[in-house]
Amino acid sequence: MSPRLRAALIWALLAVAILAPLAVAATSPLLAWREPVYIVAGFAGVLALGLLLLQPLLAAGTLPGLRLRPSRRAHAWIGAALLALVVVHVGGLWLTSPPDVIDVLLFRSPTPFSIWGALAMWAVFASALLALCRRRLRPVLWRVGHTALAIVIVTTTAAHALLIEGTMGAVSKAVLCALVLFATAKAVKDLRAWSSLRRRRV
Amino acid sequence: MTVIPQTRRTLLVGGAALTGATLAGGLLVPARAQGLAPTTTMRGGANNYRPGAALTDRIGGGGFLMTGSVRRAGDGAPLEGRRIQIWAHTTEGHERDPQSHGATLTAADGTFQMDMPQIVPAFGQPHGHLAYDADHDDGGFETVFLRPIMASASDTTLHVEFVLQPV
Repeated sequence: MSPRLRAALIWALLAVAILAPLAVAATSPLLAWREPVYIVAGFAGVLALGLLLLQPLLAAGTLPGLRLRPSRRAHAWIGAALLALVVVHVGGLWLTSPPDVIDVLLFRSPTPFSIWGALAMWAVFASALLALCRRRLRPVLWRVGHTALAIVIVTTTAAHALLIEGTMGAVSKAVLCALVLFATAKAVKDLRAWSSLRRRRV
Repeated sequence: MTVIPQTRRTLLVGGAALTGATLAGGLLVPARAQGLAPTTTMRGGANNYRPGAALTDRIGGGGFLMTGSVRRAGDGAPLEGRRIQIWAHTTEGHERDPQSHGATLTAADGTFQMDMPQIVPAFGQPHGHLAYDADHDDGGFETVFLRPIMASASDTTLHVEFVLQPV
């Protein structure tokens, strides 16, 4: 396979993996019985899950045609977008049903998936805070801390999404979650963030 | 200090004896007045509750059947005329909407039912809300809020059992 064809194929598959779940969710019958603010909150979550797939690929610079520097810049911008989407997701759900969201934030909700969502939210906030303070941090702390938070965000988000009975299609959701987990595992392995710790100790 | 030797045999024998004693104890104790334990309020049960929903034969256009029974804790006697309030996210409205709420009274045999619009999944689960609110009933029982989950979103009926604790 020529490099150009390979690159086109990778980008096309990536687009399908992210857009297909959005398209399936857009056809959900549940939308007919939801108010606009609830629909927006839900789609913020679906879009955030899709963008999460790009993050490990951009961080590791594995996407064809993108050099590491612009790749990392895109990673930072999408990180900021993820933070905004989490705020829209939680804020929209709060407007839809305040007592349910208060229960989630106080870790006393009856829904098993919400605890994973709350953990993911706090990990995203912590990751954003860490990114803001990056210049004042030792590089080792930044690398290990950001990697650890990324692992928490990805695993808790996947658990959160998979347990929800909502607008997403079961198959496209499962495939997207599997891809996000796989891409993250590969990026963490390739970037070897923990190796800086080991070197210091020796 | 005496050390009791623990072998596989003593463990097995001890375990069997303990199991036997537990079984016998559980089965041989005479039925007490507190036999039927009261239903406890579920987490999130009171969310989006609108106190004192009006008595109605049907919520909205109907099509989904909420059924249930109300009994007294202890002896399990059916309770007649108890006011049960019901609300849910349905095809006709969100949980917070006034038209999503209604109340009914139990029959002589303690059962109740409510024809209501189809419940649809909201906040990740297809679920209903039911309340026995002491402030809106003169029966003298403790308030209970329930949040039962449907086994499947395509279910068109949901059965809920209340066991109320006398105050």
